[in-house]
Amino acid sequence: MANLTINGKTLTLDVEPDTPLLWAIRENAGLTGTKYGCGIAQCGACTVHIDGVAMRSCGVSVSEAEGKKITTIEGLASGNTLHKVQDAWIAHDVPQCGYCQSGMIMAVAALLNEKPKPTDADIDEAITNICRCGTFQQVREAIHTIASA
Amino acid sequence: MNKHISPRLNRRAFVIGTAAVGAGLAIGLDIPFGGPAVVRAADGSPEIGAWVVVRPDDTVVIRIARSEMGQGSLTGLAQLVAEELECDWTKVTTEYPTPGQSVARKRVWGDFSTGGSRGIRSSQDYVRKGGATARVMLIQAAADAWKVPASECTAANSVITHKPSGRTTTYGKVAEAAAKLTPPADVKLKDPKDWKLIGKGVKRLDTVDKTTGAMIYGADVKLPGMLNAAIKDCPVFGGKLKSFDEAKIAGMKGVKKVVKVGDTAVAVVADTWWHAKTALEALPITWDEGDNAKVSSASIAKWLAEGLDDSQPAYVGNKNGDAKAAIAGAARKVEAVYSYPYQNHATMEPMNATALYTADKCEVWCGTQNGEAAFAAVLEASGLPAEKCDVHKVMLGGGFGRRGQTDYVRQAVIIAKQMPGTPIKLLWSREEDMAHGRYHPITQCKMTGAFDANDNLIALHYRLSGQSILFSLRPEALQNGMDPAAFQGVAQSGEAAVGYSVPNLLVEHAMRNPHVPPGFWRGVNVNHNAIYMECFMDELAQAAGQDPLEFRRKLMGNHPKHLAVLNAVAEKIGWSTPAPQGVYRGIAQVMGYGSYVAGAAEISVTDGSKIKVHRIVASTDPGYVVNPAQVERQVAGSFVYGLSALFYGGCTVKDGKIEQTNFDTYNSMRINEMPKVETVMVPSGGFWGGVGEPTIGVAAPAVLNAYFAATGKRVRSVPLRDQNITFA
Repeated sequence: MANLTINGKTLTLDVEPDTPLLWAIRENAGLTGTKYGCGIAQCGACTVHIDGVAMRSCGVSVSEAEGKKITTIEGLASGNTLHKVQDAWIAHDVPQCGYCQSGMIMAVAALLNEKPKPTDADIDEAITNICRCGTFQQVREAIHTIASA
Repeated sequence: MNKHISPRLNRRAFVIGTAAVGAGLAIGLDIPFGGPAVVRAADGSPEIGAWVVVRPDDTVVIRIARSEMGQGSLTGLAQLVAEELECDWTKVTTEYPTPGQSVARKRVWGDFSTGGSRGIRSSQDYVRKGGATARVMLIQAAADAWKVPASECTAANSVITHKPSGRTTTYGKVAEAAAKLTPPADVKLKDPKDWKLIGKGVKRLDTVDKTTGAMIYGADVKLPGMLNAAIKDCPVFGGKLKSFDEAKIAGMKGVKKVVKVGDTAVAVVADTWWHAKTALEALPITWDEGDNAKVSSASIAKWLAEGLDDSQPAYVGNKNGDAKAAIAGAARKVEAVYSYPYQNHATMEPMNATALYTADKCEVWCGTQNGEAAFAAVLEASGLPAEKCDVHKVMLGGGFGRRGQTDYVRQAVIIAKQMPGTPIKLLWSREEDMAHGRYHPITQCKMTGAFDANDNLIALHYRLSGQSILFSLRPEALQNGMDPAAFQGVAQSGEAAVGYSVPNLLVEHAMRNPHVPPGFWRGVNVNHNAIYMECFMDELAQAAGQDPLEFRRKLMGNHPKHLAVLNAVAEKIGWSTPAPQGVYRGIAQVMGYGSYVAGAAEISVTDGSKIKVHRIVASTDPGYVVNPAQVERQVAGSFVYGLSALFYGGCTVKDGKIEQTNFDTYNSMRINEMPKVETVMVPSGGFWGGVGEPTIGVAAPAVLNAYFAATGKRVRSVPLRDQNITFA
């Protein structure tokens, strides 16, 4: 059993402490917006915020995440108001297949928290998610739109 | 070798399956007695023909038979229907009919397959007619109610107006009456000059859920009482499962059952997938690897190299004049050998399917590029007839050709059949996905060009050696043993015709099929053929002492559409003016999937091995552009996919197995490596070409030719990482 605080709610989940947080989120908490892509922290599809920091949840164990504030893509909006990154993603029609985009959006949201006006170099350094469809152009444009707002 | 169901077999299964099912009642079907009955969607709203449902609140539901996997066809197809329907685009939504429903209604929605960049181009005619038919019926229903001639009524934005009286009504108000009318036998489609929605870069219809985590992909499917399965198939293709020691994992948490899947694989079923995967990794498995365990990349390369020799048999795919004689008597000849490796699709979402089997029903939920092929796989694996099976399509986390195959669907059903009544979600690990792809085929190519004394190209001998996709996946499509698709991009004519006229030309293919299963990988055979031809064109230009663009232009007089896209990129990148200091250019063109494309790159190279791509310009002539915003994304995405394969890709074989296991050994480009792609659309009209794939053909050769311009070194094999060439 573990207590995880996900999107503002503390859940008691029947999960072993060494289970990757990704699978606790997807299978035990039932939040499937966070995606499995590689399981080895390479692709970024499983990116969530842990105490505000973008982390690849496949590489974080449940025991490491206990007592911390976990935010998933489902918890990014405030009630019915979408996060500015989500708004920009819709305005720029960023997703293609969309499978990597939960992770991409979480990574970008964390970057913008830290650097509200990132340069191209900042984006290049911080955003390392894989997108096989190749949405990078729209990702970059959407970030700049938010930064210039 | 794995056995695959061919599309032809699928259709046979449908005929048998439909005999027992009542005829559907929709446009295009014969209605035996009385008038047509109203066919209703699940929410009770009436169909106005099979493609359109109109709700009382004027919402229009457009049926989409093809699959959305990121390429944007869902939105493009809806635009085609809506254009003719004259409905309010802001009230359009879409739904997938199921393959089972389609079969029960005599395939009223036509082909479901979504590959070969065909989604729009091969259904544009009948889906537009579906929209036009519904419009005519809705107008007729309003005219009947007003007791006026339909010819006095017009429709726009879901509003019908009787011009003489000024009366109006809406589609939602007349839908019930329209649904009862007999559809017109023939409808006239709009002249392209009158299109209002086709050609407009409207927003995709599926974006919002992809930004909130709400979109359901196959891996996200949840059913009551569902269990999860992890699978391991014999890592040597063609090998078999010998035994496994179930007792060793009996006490592991969550494990419910260990099952054999066919002759080659074993799966662990557990409460969660993490438990299933953890137990599977602990399960001792013995394989019968068979003779294929002796195969390596080196042994394959040696076998293919032998096929480059003229003494070996080969199929002739394109020929004019006498290339061999012209080469023999030429003033000068140039020769080069190129190669292209296996590639994995590496869709972001690994393969998966959820199956529920009971004694009298089998249903599957999955992402698939071919709903009908998946359906046929369910019939075969379940042993149940068509009316007891169905496939529910969900969003694909990438396809690129991989999800046109149905191996994972069949596996899910085989597992579920061993646990009747329990829904089973089978999810492959990334490692399983890398080990059991349907790989871009491996080839080599020897090219020989010959010049006369005035440096005119008089002959070209293009000899491919390597794997045929159709041999493995669709043997019925071979022509006397020859794979016509092997010549994509270098064919005499058709949708992938070569763009050069050479007086003496010989294009041939020595077919050699290693045991690694090939598949349709975005761009398919255009990928390597465009690299071979376009890089060699550069070599020939260099040998002739001519500019690569001018050299090509001289051979393209009879190919105006190929030339037009090449000229478009040349102009946009500024070919006639010098590149910035330290920056070098490369150019390439090809025809594929009925479209003409060209690309140009500007790169700089540090230390001879670190490449920075500064600019990419890409032009495309797909005839008609349905949604320019989506075309732009497909063109840019093709460069990301194509350059990822060039720099980082390549699957190698050791002991009969694929060596790459995950994104650490099969990497993919990131945002920092990818410049903006400047897309130039030059639609010349009059034909419908594909968009998702053709551009990938020019991505690698444009960069490779620029690399030569920068370094004087020719790179003739992929991936670049093997030669320690990387992104700067």
